Amino acid sequence: MKHTLSVLVENKPGVLTRVAGLFARRGFNIDSLVVGQSEDPKLSRMTITIDGAEHPIDQVTKQLHKLINVVKIRDLDPDHTVARELALIKVNASSGTRSEIVQIAEIFQARVVDVDKRTLTIEMASSPGKLLALQEMLQPFGVIEIERTGTVAIARG
Amino acid sequence: MKGSQAIVKALQDEGCEVIFGYPGGVVIPLYDALFDSDLRHVLVRHEQGAAHAADGYARATGKVGVCVATSGPGATNLVTGIANAYLDSVPIVAITGQVKADLIGTDAFQEADTTGITLPIVKHSYLVTRGQELPQAIHEAFHIASTGRPGPVLIDIPVTSQLEDFAYRKAAQLDLPGYKPTLKGHTKQIRAAARALAEAQRPVLYVGGGVISSGATAELMELAALLDLPVTTTLMAMGAFPETHPLSLGMLGMHGTAYANWAVHECSLLVAVGARFDDRVTGKLSAFAPQAKVIHIDIDPAEIGKNIEPQIPIVGDARRVLADLVEVLSGMERTPGLTREWLSRIEELREQHPLAYHDDGDGIPPQFVVEEVDRVTGGDAIIATDVGQHQMWACQYFRYTRPRQLVSSGGLGTMGFGLPAAIGAQIGRPDKQVIDIGGDGGFQMTMQELGTAMAYEVPIVVAILNNRSLGMVRQWQDLFWNKRYSHTCFERQPDFAKIAEAYGAFGATVTEKDQVADALREAIKDPRPAFIDFHVRQEENVYPMVPSGASIMEMIGGTAGRRKKP
Repeated sequence: MKHTLSVLVENKPGVLTRVAGLFARRGFNIDSLVVGQSEDPKLSRMTITIDGAEHPIDQVTKQLHKLINVVKIRDLDPDHTVARELALIKVNASSGTRSEIVQIAEIFQARVVDVDKRTLTIEMASSPGKLLALQEMLQPFGVIEIERTGTVAIARG
Repeated sequence: MKGSQAIVKALQDEGCEVIFGYPGGVVIPLYDALFDSDLRHVLVRHEQGAAHAADGYARATGKVGVCVATSGPGATNLVTGIANAYLDSVPIVAITGQVKADLIGTDAFQEADTTGITLPIVKHSYLVTRGQELPQAIHEAFHIASTGRPGPVLIDIPVTSQLEDFAYRKAAQLDLPGYKPTLKGHTKQIRAAARALAEAQRPVLYVGGGVISSGATAELMELAALLDLPVTTTLMAMGAFPETHPLSLGMLGMHGTAYANWAVHECSLLVAVGARFDDRVTGKLSAFAPQAKVIHIDIDPAEIGKNIEPQIPIVGDARRVLADLVEVLSGMERTPGLTREWLSRIEELREQHPLAYHDDGDGIPPQFVVEEVDRVTGGDAIIATDVGQHQMWACQYFRYTRPRQLVSSGGLGTMGFGLPAAIGAQIGRPDKQVIDIGGDGGFQMTMQELGTAMAYEVPIVVAILNNRSLGMVRQWQDLFWNKRYSHTCFERQPDFAKIAEAYGAFGATVTEKDQVADALREAIKDPRPAFIDFHVRQEENVYPMVPSGASIMEMIGGTAGRRKKP
């Protein structure tokens, strides 16, 4: 099962290295890790997704807690969490396929942000699952490049 | 005040009395400040010696040990010592110089990414690029190093910060929102543990270094005495419970006493206090204490459930939790004599599997030297060790009766630790005789520190159990690698006593068993640092031995003895 950890850390130099180093050292694999400023300028928030089947999640959180700069950790409950990820997908598009791709994008409520003679770039902010679905739909046209930000998540309510 | 002076002032504000260090380019400002200060500085002969001496000082005194090195090679030479302190949860503060702040990242002369290199082996670290933040960083470093589960903290200080001028303000408050160690155990869990203890017919206390670092030996004794609980200690906890006490089982684990291991194997309740189920203790995890319900008391939540899932986990400070347990148990109704049968079973195990060695009159048995150290010092000495066979014998054949009496590298297993750690311990505890029981291998890794011992007239006694080989590795080759002694036997050895004498120390070589005690007495009496080269039997192995990854059932040499531990 995938776990999404929302980790509040002190906004100090080297904190990302400490967290990343800890994961590497203890052999935990990170699926994605996003860092940004939180509501408090002295604190940053990391959203870390990790495969709980692979690693006992409480070992991960306990080890994270030992880092002095880690202030708070929440293991977000997927049923009560809003998770979003932004993706930019560049796909092959000729005059023959362009309108079909645009239609697919519309169905997914994604936006076309760049058009070229041979390509289209689509932007979509959504749950990681829907992103994957869009990606699969676009695959037959020839996906050239995908940029994904990794998941950010927040508890509901 | 200059940043460099602020470092000295802040160290003194933390109660620091002595630092172990070695100067270099970017710490010249700091050393200049030390020149005028009354903070004692011990100049070692190699930075590794500084880290180990600070570590030995911390283990022997319970205070924070401090070491100093310059940037680059000075800092990297500290690394082994920092890792050693990390693995054994020893509170040290390592101060390293760094190149000018604006040169960081340019591959400047003697630049190394010290905070990066040490990241996995420190409890926390600081890179202080603004001088005025030094007092706060040092204040926090001491706090972090010495509280919770102790450990090393590194402070990397660019020379530019040392030169900065600012008004010194004593750091008063901590700004550590993410650091709140849990001290008090959960009341419900403590009640559950008390009930389990009150009902247990075959209990064993398995005690680790946490009991020593939290100062819980009195509480441990109270609990053990209240319920007649047999106590076994890890290497890190030797002396946490007096080995002269009838309830003591001595050390457990790979080279622990057979009766301690059998007791753990047969027990119905295992109470781990400040211990971490290390592989050298448990052997094969699935076969460890197979019948036992487990209570695990530790201040570090990450240790609980890491190797073994306990039925009753308690996060808290060993001293608080043990005191609370005693209190709850005192007010509980208990069946008297519940463990009587178990204690007689343990006596039986003790009779059947005594700790023992062969003594056929041929050469000096190394174990005998350790026994003589115990006898000659009346069991009062502080023992430092290196790592290997002699270390295990020092654990098996010296009876530790008080905490902080053994200074030994457990987790990292650092050869070369003994001599510098002994120096640090002796400087911290001038009231006790420190004896470094070492091996001829480990001694040669840091023997330059004889120079430090001489310069400061540190009256340690170095007793080398010289078997002309790297005994522990040779033992594994003997038992598991078809006696193919690849590079473990020294064909030529120096005359160690002469080396000691060249330093101006007392030096002696002992080849006969009946000279052992006299040599020790003479060495102790001599006011100088002393060195004795005991030529012991080369082929001696450490028994009993539970092979790596095996269970107690596969123990080698548990009953081979002819002599009992007195």
